[in-house]
Amino acid sequence: MDWSMLQQYGPSLLKGFANTIVCWALGTVFGMALGLVIALIQRYAPRWVTWIIQVYIEVIRGTPFLVQLFVLYYGGPLIGLRLDALPAGLLGLTIYGSPYFAEIFRSGFRAVPDGQIEAARAIGMAEGHIVRRILLPLGLVSALPALVNFSIILTKETVILSIITVPELLYQVQRMSAETFRYVEANLVLALFFWGLVETISRVGHRLEARITKHLIERT
Amino acid sequence: MLAASSVEMRKVNKFYGKFQALKDVDLSILPGKVTCLIGPSGSGKSTLLRCINFLEEYDSGEVRIDGQLIGYEAPNKKMSGRKLREMRRSIGMVFQQFNLWPHMTAKENVAEGLIRVRRMSKADAERRAVEALAKVGLADKMANHPSRLSGGQQQRVAIARAIAMEPRLMLFDEPTSALDPELVGEVLSVMRTLAGEGMTMVVVTHEMGFAAHVADQVGFMEKGELVGVDSPDRILHHPQDARIQSFLRTYHERNSF
Repeated sequence: MDWSMLQQYGPSLLKGFANTIVCWALGTVFGMALGLVIALIQRYAPRWVTWIIQVYIEVIRGTPFLVQLFVLYYGGPLIGLRLDALPAGLLGLTIYGSPYFAEIFRSGFRAVPDGQIEAARAIGMAEGHIVRRILLPLGLVSALPALVNFSIILTKETVILSIITVPELLYQVQRMSAETFRYVEANLVLALFFWGLVETISRVGHRLEARITKHLIERT
Repeated sequence: MLAASSVEMRKVNKFYGKFQALKDVDLSILPGKVTCLIGPSGSGKSTLLRCINFLEEYDSGEVRIDGQLIGYEAPNKKMSGRKLREMRRSIGMVFQQFNLWPHMTAKENVAEGLIRVRRMSKADAERRAVEALAKVGLADKMANHPSRLSGGQQQRVAIARAIAMEPRLMLFDEPTSALDPELVGEVLSVMRTLAGEGMTMVVVTHEMGFAAHVADQVGFMEKGELVGVDSPDRILHHPQDARIQSFLRTYHERNSF
């Protein structure tokens, strides 16, 4: 193996990695936010609204991210939606992740015992307060492991953004391997970067979990 | 003396699909009086209790608190959420499973409603919360989360949470049924104190001793019907109805050894 090309390509790889992290982080945050909104609407909106949202969830979950991205980036201009590669990629990730996050939040909310919601209703608490003070904090705790898990899955979906020319890590790695013919090394670099990222997210997730469940576990 | 509410139920019916959970229930509760509801499980006691603060939506009939209809503006016209919340403010409820919020300390559990519903400042709410906790004998546990409290302590925090709101009526849904036997006494004694202060209380219970000694009237329910309402002595010691006799016979057999 020959790693000498790293000297030349190091900076562009790091830039690509930074782009990957930005795409992942923003895509995850926006996707989670949209998913949360969807989950709350699903819980409170009238039947016909939830039905429409359910169709959205099924369509997004039922189609590959690659296809969604193509439709958005290359099909978007046909309906006047002209986006640069990076914003298109972010929007794509947000849309792609939202139904999964919505389902995770939904199951988190369902894990909150009805009685604890009833206790809030019984003292006359308004629905908005119940959501903010009871449903969200408790639902998030139950949802956290699954949220972290899906965030990890999303890291690896970011590579698909390379096909719409977002200069993220895979894009840079492919450029390097095409120019140096060092495919094995290039892909090892790709794997190592991702492994580092996933490992970090998973550790942060565990720590977060330990912290917020501290008071929720019965101790005798 | 506290200001206490009256409750008036007229021909209350409740259906779950085809199953009729309440059948034409009539019940009058005078201000400051304690009413215990007894009967076999599944007889509709809890459903009846939950209709009083409209956690359970009755289908027909009337439930009035101090003369005001709860849940409906008129037959078939639901009350607005805001109005319902306003009425619920003065009705405290205690659940079988305590239902404390596990992410808050005992003090925060009690203060939450004061801050969000009564719009008190955090400092005032916490002061009141500590008073309420002291009243149920738990001032020293105010910083504990529910996970660090025994069942009896959790239930007393739940009572503190309800009384801190200064209700005029308290509903208890089998408050001691989820407790280990040795913890039942501490909860009943708090309830007895509350009754002594003149709080209107409706208590669904299997504690016949509490019903016999504290209640002003005892109602017996079976299959969705309020079979009889009378003094504890007349219901528990000299029941006329065969269904009550049979229930009490089973109860005594189970509790004798």
